[in-house]
Amino acid sequence: MDSTTALFYVFSAVLLVAAFRVITARSTVHAALYLVLSFFSAACLWMLLRAEFLAIALVLIYVGAVMVLFLFVVMMLDINTDSFRDGFWKHLPVAGLVGAVIAVEMALVLMRGFNVQPPVITAAGAAKVAEVGNTKMLGIEIYTDYLYPLQIAAVLLLVAIVAAIALTLRTRKDSRHMDPSQQVRVKAADRVRIVKMDAVIEKPSAPVAPEAKP
Amino acid sequence: MASTLSQGLLLTVPLAPLAGAVIAGLFGKTVGRRGAHFFTILGVLVAFVISAYVLAQVAGGARFNETIYQWMVVGKLVMEVGFLVDGLTAMMMCVVTFVSLMVHIYTIGYMEEDPGYQRFFSYISLFTFSMLMLVMSNNFLQLFFGWEAVGLVSYLLIGFWFKRPTAVFANMKAFLVNRVGDFGFILGIGLIVAYGGTLNYAEAFAKAPELAKLTFPNPFGGSDWMLITVACICLFIGAMGKSAQFPLHVWLPDSMEGPTPISALIHAATMVTAGIFMVARMSPLFELSDTALNFVLVIGAITALFMGFLGIIQNDIKRVVAYSTLSQLGYMTVALGASAYSVAVFHLMTHAFFKALLFLAAGSVIIGMHHDQDIRNMGGLRKHMPITWITALVGSLALIGTPLFAGFYSKDSIILAVEASNLPGTPFAIFAVVAGVFVTAFYSFRMYFLVFHGPERFHHKPFPPEDDHAHADDHGAADDRGKAHARSHADKHAHTPRESPWVVIAPLVLLAIPSVVIGFMTVQPMLFGELLKDSIFVDAAKHPAMAELAKGFHGAAAMALHGLQTLPFWLAAAGVFTAWLFYIKMPSLPLAFDRALKPVRTVLENKYYLDWFNEHVLAAGARLLGKGLWKGGDMAVIDGTINGSARAVAGFAAVLSSLQTGRLYLYALVMLLGIFGLLTWQLWPYFLSMAR
Amino acid sequence: MIGPVTLGHYLSLGGVLFALSVIGIFLNRRNLIVLLMAIELMLLAVNLNFIAFSHYLPVEADRMAGQVFVFFILTVAAAESAIGLAILVVLFRNRSSINVEELDELKG
Repeated sequence: MDSTTALFYVFSAVLLVAAFRVITARSTVHAALYLVLSFFSAACLWMLLRAEFLAIALVLIYVGAVMVLFLFVVMMLDINTDSFRDGFWKHLPVAGLVGAVIAVEMALVLMRGFNVQPPVITAAGAAKVAEVGNTKMLGIEIYTDYLYPLQIAAVLLLVAIVAAIALTLRTRKDSRHMDPSQQVRVKAADRVRIVKMDAVIEKPSAPVAPEAKP
Repeated sequence: MASTLSQGLLLTVPLAPLAGAVIAGLFGKTVGRRGAHFFTILGVLVAFVISAYVLAQVAGGARFNETIYQWMVVGKLVMEVGFLVDGLTAMMMCVVTFVSLMVHIYTIGYMEEDPGYQRFFSYISLFTFSMLMLVMSNNFLQLFFGWEAVGLVSYLLIGFWFKRPTAVFANMKAFLVNRVGDFGFILGIGLIVAYGGTLNYAEAFAKAPELAKLTFPNPFGGSDWMLITVACICLFIGAMGKSAQFPLHVWLPDSMEGPTPISALIHAATMVTAGIFMVARMSPLFELSDTALNFVLVIGAITALFMGFLGIIQNDIKRVVAYSTLSQLGYMTVALGASAYSVAVFHLMTHAFFKALLFLAAGSVIIGMHHDQDIRNMGGLRKHMPITWITALVGSLALIGTPLFAGFYSKDSIILAVEASNLPGTPFAIFAVVAGVFVTAFYSFRMYFLVFHGPERFHHKPFPPEDDHAHADDHGAADDRGKAHARSHADKHAHTPRESPWVVIAPLVLLAIPSVVIGFMTVQPMLFGELLKDSIFVDAAKHPAMAELAKGFHGAAAMALHGLQTLPFWLAAAGVFTAWLFYIKMPSLPLAFDRALKPVRTVLENKYYLDWFNEHVLAAGARLLGKGLWKGGDMAVIDGTINGSARAVAGFAAVLSSLQTGRLYLYALVMLLGIFGLLTWQLWPYFLSMAR
Repeated sequence: MIGPVTLGHYLSLGGVLFALSVIGIFLNRRNLIVLLMAIELMLLAVNLNFIAFSHYLPVEADRMAGQVFVFFILTVAAAESAIGLAILVVLFRNRSSINVEELDELKG
């Protein structure tokens, strides 16, 4: 076997073990870290498949952002980890059995049906790829044929930002601020009330008789 | 040939009392007591004046048969409001409006202290409207409308003092028994519509000869029935209910729970005569069926005789007059059966006057006796209530058929007509009407002597009424009114009756006059003249009664003179003498007779056990059926089905909802199992091929 | 199995990974965060599939279609995990627990 094949087997083994440990880890932080490991090994596999950009993107986005976020949340929430393990293993037989059966079924089908050799890369195609690089090829597709979905994906991310903030934002209790909508809604009648009253007339004091001036 | 009457004028006749009824009914508070009686009396007075005018026109030959308003057409069946005004109608209109007017005036005095004053006037005017619509109708549907409407107003008026349980029982009884009759009535109308295709009288009568040939399938197997017989008997069942013939008579004595003015108006003069009027109007149909006429004859004869017997033992003054009414209605029915329709209608008219008079006089006595109605507590009232006494005497003489008085002409004509009849039931009918003369004279003069002659018993009241204040009988409405009355009459036992006020007396006098003279004046034109000729159809060949009467008639005076020599007169005299003997001369005789004939007395007191039968068998059976259907049918089946289906749905939902545990991982597990199942199902052939 | 790595290998790998993550979803009754991580693993498996297809079965007209799709899946996955964690934080504030078994208010 050549190096590619060997690397494939190594990386897949790591991937599978890491995935298994994600779901069976005792502590949540461990699970997150194993997930990071599985992403890395997946990225390596994608490199083998000549998807360089996406491999790096996987690492950057998933590991760099999403997993960091996961770890933030895990650290932030004060989770009581004691009660996690009760009853864990008693469900494994059923689950394991069903999962194993599915996996074997798929493998049988896939192996038989997709016994496809690595592709014969035409000279022209290879030359193009070598000349442009995977990233640029991807970029060309995205910005020409798939421009509209790209914009929608951008809007989607914006919506996700707004949603995440709106869900979790807590206003400080001691912050004071103005609410313009309430300001505009004020009516004059709420603030000032004019009451008609009779004038209070003071009786003039007895006029001082002008003293005869000498 | 004849001129027609003005439609507007004819419309005013029923609508004027209706307007009065609406004003008194809906605006009773606004117009007050005076306004209520003013408008209603005005309405009825207008109706009477126009009716009298119409009668004069009709006597001169005018006729009217037009549709006023067609309100629905279903296929070929036309439903309309129309008037048929001929001799029969005009006569009925006059009778109805005159008696109604008298009763309206009388009510001002009788119901003076009653809190429901305006309501009462509204009801009696409404009744007048309904009765007029009934008699003026030219089609079966309007007849039925009037029929039901008078039944409804009768219910409202019998239960006028609705807080008394006896009044409520009586009005329900009246309504339900009438309903039984109405059921037959509508079957009869239905048959005529089904086979004749029309609701209009004129068209139906024109089709009558053809209908007489049709047969009706016999539901009990056996030979077919004649259609016309079935239809006529069904129509007569309606008349039995409304005109209180045996066995649907049971409601009339109980209807005395209502105030006396309505007993006079409805249960003597007008509503109960609706059945008689209807049969007379349907004479073209009845003449074609001997079986139906025989049925009518026999039922009438039974009623005439046996109701008279019951009148002998009554102690409530109104009940005596009520049974008297029943008996006289039997007489009218017998005349109808003998095909002497005009005689029946003639007796209807004369009876209306003297029976209304007797009821109103009874009412006057009741007022004087402070609402004690027991005749055993009266006596010697002729000295204290002279006008009431004289008018009551006139009424009683007319009732028993004293020659020259109104009742004589009509009653004797009935007896003569029955003797001339040739139906199978004739012998029994003759016996019934002739024996009935004696019985009538006996009970009516028993009442007369006990009330107006003899020793004065109202001071010590040998039979005091149940309620100590003697006000329970007629004062049902407001307890505070009863107490006020009691307070104003603290010294009840020693109170001497006084003559009633003029508003009560005047109608008595006004009714006494026709009770004397109307028979003499109208016997010739009514029975043998042109007035009723085109209203009533008699098959002279088969039913010779009227022809025989005409042969023997030589004028009213001659008839009276001849009457003094006939059996009925002597029977009537014997009845009067016997009554005098029993109740004035030798008061111990009635007790002796009671002891001797105890079983007879018991049967009579229980009114032939008909009421017992109705209450314990029919009514109880109906209630049992209702209860059974309710518990078994409604609750078990219908509710069970609906509730059961709801419960089934709820149960099913509960089972399903247990799948919704709310736990994500179980949902995911289910999804996984689903994927597994789907994969296996789809890939099964592939796996099989792989295995090979 | 030994020999050049075929498309089938990659797809099987993706399948096994997917199965693992689904098992993880319902094994983790006590920890909502690991549930979210399992979802990320699922997405990773799918992405692997796409990249494998893009490499082994390129459509001549559009060689990069699979990778473009993965690009967008990455975007969406990032957004989804951000919002998912925000919801988790709010949930924790209200309930002081991230025990999945306690989230059964939708029980029928």
